[in-house]
Amino acid sequence: MTGRQIISDAQNTWCPGCGNFSIQHTLKNILTEREEAGKSLDDVVLVSGIGCHAKIADYLNINSFYSIHGRTIPVATAIKLGNPRLTVICCSGDGDSYAEGLDHLIFAAKRNIDITVIIHDNRVYGLTTGQYTPTSPLGFKGKSTPSGTAEYPFNPVELMLASGASYVARGYTKNMNLLHNLISEGIAHRGFAFIDVLQICATFFPAADYYTPRVYELSDHDRTNFESACKKAREWDYNSDSPIALGTFFQRSLPCFDDTMTVHGIEPKDRQQAVRDLLLMRS
Amino acid sequence: MPTYLHLQNYQNIREAVMKNVSVLIGGKAGDGINSAGALVAQLLNHIGYNIYLYFDYPSLIRGGHNFAIIRGSEQSIGTCWKTLDFLLALNRETLEQHRDNCSSDTAIIFNADLVKSAGQGIPVKEILTDEHAPAIMGNSAIIGGFAKAAGIEWDVVENVFKSHIPKGVELNLKVAKRAYNQLETVHPVSKGSRSPCPLLTGNEAIGLGMVNGGLDVYVSYPMTPSSSLLHFLAEQKEKFGITVVHPENEIAVILMALGFAYTGKRSAVGTSGGGFCLMTEGLSLAGMAELPLTLVVSQRTGPSTGLPTYTGQSDLHFVLHAGQGEYPRLIVAPGDAVEALYWSAVAMNMAWKFQVPAFILSDKTLSEGTYSVDPAAVPDVRGADSPRWAGTAPYFRYADVPSGVSPLAFPGTKDAVIKVNSYAHDEAGITIEDAHTVGQMTEKRLRKGELLTEEMRGYTGVNVSGMHDASTALFCWGSTKGVCNEIAALLGLRVVQPVVLSPFPTEQLKKAIAGVRRLISVEENATAQLAALAERHGIIADEKILRYDGRPFLPDDLLVKVKEMMV
Repeated sequence: MTGRQIISDAQNTWCPGCGNFSIQHTLKNILTEREEAGKSLDDVVLVSGIGCHAKIADYLNINSFYSIHGRTIPVATAIKLGNPRLTVICCSGDGDSYAEGLDHLIFAAKRNIDITVIIHDNRVYGLTTGQYTPTSPLGFKGKSTPSGTAEYPFNPVELMLASGASYVARGYTKNMNLLHNLISEGIAHRGFAFIDVLQICATFFPAADYYTPRVYELSDHDRTNFESACKKAREWDYNSDSPIALGTFFQRSLPCFDDTMTVHGIEPKDRQQAVRDLLLMRS
Repeated sequence: MPTYLHLQNYQNIREAVMKNVSVLIGGKAGDGINSAGALVAQLLNHIGYNIYLYFDYPSLIRGGHNFAIIRGSEQSIGTCWKTLDFLLALNRETLEQHRDNCSSDTAIIFNADLVKSAGQGIPVKEILTDEHAPAIMGNSAIIGGFAKAAGIEWDVVENVFKSHIPKGVELNLKVAKRAYNQLETVHPVSKGSRSPCPLLTGNEAIGLGMVNGGLDVYVSYPMTPSSSLLHFLAEQKEKFGITVVHPENEIAVILMALGFAYTGKRSAVGTSGGGFCLMTEGLSLAGMAELPLTLVVSQRTGPSTGLPTYTGQSDLHFVLHAGQGEYPRLIVAPGDAVEALYWSAVAMNMAWKFQVPAFILSDKTLSEGTYSVDPAAVPDVRGADSPRWAGTAPYFRYADVPSGVSPLAFPGTKDAVIKVNSYAHDEAGITIEDAHTVGQMTEKRLRKGELLTEEMRGYTGVNVSGMHDASTALFCWGSTKGVCNEIAALLGLRVVQPVVLSPFPTEQLKKAIAGVRRLISVEENATAQLAALAERHGIIADEKILRYDGRPFLPDDLLVKVKEMMV
C-alpha cells in the first residue's frame, strides 16, 4: 500500500501536551520516509504493551499487535522469528518493560533479536492515574506511595549495557530531531536496538522544566567503546541532579537471534517421510 | 505369575495371561535405567509383544532409586501388574524395594559385584575388564543375561542392539554375549504373534501428532513431565523443519507462541501445571485476540511443586477454566500413545480452524510411558484451517462473519493492515468501549464455540471398550484408560473414556453409557474431577475410585476395589 494515511481514524485520548504525541509524530515521519524510499509499510509491525503509550497501536494505521501489560517483547521477538523479513518496532512503557516485563527486556538484549524497542519512559503510571515506576526518583509521591517511594530508581541505560544490548540510546520528547535520528538508527541497526525516551507526562509527571536545562547531546563520544558508554550512562542515575546525556551511548555488531534460531520449513511430503523414518527408527 | 491367575472365575483370564511378560529393571539414578529399560522393551517388541513401559524416578540427578517396568502382552496395554517375571537388579535397593513384586517363579538377575541374592548373578566388573569396556556398558551385560534367562535368541539381541545403540555396538554386543553365555534359560518366554512396531513415549507421540498437524514452532520452558517433549522436538527440529525456542519463562513461552501465530506459524507450547499457571494471562489473550494456539499440559502431582516426577489428573478443572473472561477452547485427553498421535494432530487443526486455544491434556504416566504404536492403527487426520482473506482492502481482522471465524491474513500481505488486540475491539481490531460492539464481538467469539461443538460431533470423542452391553462401566480419562481396560476385560465391564473434555461431548457420552446402571469413576485425583464435570452435564457417577499419591493405579489394586463395589 502506498500513500497510506498513517494516522488512523481512531479517536486520540492522550492528554494535551502528552509526550506520546512526539513519539507518534516521529514514527509517522519515519514511516513516511520509509514509504518514500520505496519500502512497503506492509512489512512493518508495531507491538505495544498496555499503558498510555500502547494506544499508539490504535493510532498508527499499520500492522499492530496490541499485547498485554509487560509482554510486548516476547511477542515482538516471535514476530521477527516467525517472519524475519518484517521490521518489528516495539513501543513499551516504563511500567510495562521495566516493571511487569523486565525479564523479557533483559533477555531480548541478551539474545540480540533484531527488533527496535522504544521505551516511553514518563517515569510514572499514567493510565492507572499516577503511581511510581522503576524509574521514578526516590521519594516520588504517587497514589500508592503517598509518603514518597522508599526505593531508588534503576538506570535502564546502564542495565541494557550490562545485558548485552547492541544499540543503546536515550532520547527526549522535546528534542524531536534527535528522537527521529535515534529511532531511525535503531530500526536500521541489525540487532537489538534500545531507546529510552524521556517522555513528558503532562498530567502526572510534567518534568520538562527539570529535563530541558539538563539535557545535552553526546558529541566526541566513541559509541563503539563499551567503557566510555558505561561512563556516560552513569553520569545521570535517574535520581540525582546532573547533566543528562542524549544520543547513542553504544553500538556494536553481533550475530542476531533471528539468524541463528529460525529453521526453514520443509515440504509436507518430506515431513511425512521424516515422521515415517522416525517411526522406523523406533521399531 | 501375575496375581490375577487366582481369579479363576473369569473366562478370559487365561487368554489375557497366557502370553504376557513383565520385567523390572532397577538401579540408582545415573545408572541409565531408562535406556536399559528401552532396550528390554525392544527385545520384547522383537519377539512379538505389545509393549508398555512405566518409568519411575525421584526428582534428583544422582543416587535415589530408579526403576522401569517393561511389560509385553498379546493385547494392546497401558499398565503394569504387580508381579514380575523378571527382576533385573543393578543394586541391592532394587531387590529390597521390589521383594513384594516377586513370586517363586520370578527370575532374578543381578549385578554380582553389588548384590547377593538367589537367582543368577552376572560378574559385571570382570566382564568389562576382560573386554576393556567402559563402566557404562555394564547394563549390556545385564540385558544379555536377561535375554538368555528368557530364552530370547541371540539373533534378536544382536538385531536390537544394532538398531538401538547409537555407538559402540560391537563392544556392547561382546559384553552382552559374555553374560548371555554364562546364564541359564530359567524362564522361557514364548514368542508373541505381532511383528515389531514403533515404540513411542506419550510425549513423542504428542510431538509427532503435532508435526502431522502442521507444527511450525514449538516453544517451551523445561518442566517435568513435559520436558522430554521439548528435548525430542529440539533434537528432531531440522528433520521436521520446525523452530524450537526455549525462552526465559512460561510467560514468554505463551506470548512468543502468540507472536508466531500472528505471523501465520502454527505454534505450540508445552508445560505442566506450575508453568501453565504463568501462561494463563497469555491464554486469555489468545481467547480475546483470536490467535490459534496449541497447548500441551502434562499433569504431575500437585498442588504447587508437588511431586515433580510423579503422575496426577488434578488439573482438568484448572485447564477447563484457566484465564479471565469467556471464550471457547478445545481440550482433548488422549489415553495412550496411539490416541496422542491422532488427537494432537486434531487439536492443532482445530486451533487453526476456529482460532481458539486447543489443549492436549496429558499426565506423567502417558507422557513418559512407552507404548507400542502401530501406525496403521492411527486414523488419518483431516487438515483444517481458517479461511484466508480474499485480498479486497480494507482488511478486517475481526470481520463479523456468520461463522464467527474471520478470514486470516498475516503481516507482509499487500494492502492488509492486520491489527490484533487484547482490548475489546471492533472488526478492524481498534480498541472500543461502546456497549453494542462489545456485545457483538463477544457473540462473534462464542459462535466459534458453537461451531467447534458441532465440528467435534464428527469425531469419536468418547471411547467405549470392554463389554459394550455391560451394566457396570468404568468411567475414566487420560492414561487410566489402560488400567481400566484391563480390569474391564477381566470382570466383563464396560469402559467409557471421554477423550474430548471441552466442548463436553454430552450426547456421545449419554449414548456411551446407555444401559449402564452403575457408573464408577476411576481417576487419579482426590475430588473426582471428571465425575464433577459430567455431573454438570447431567451424567452422574454412582461410585468413585480415586488415587492421589502420585502413583498410577495398579491393576491389582483396582481389581480388588472394583470387585468390592460389585458385591
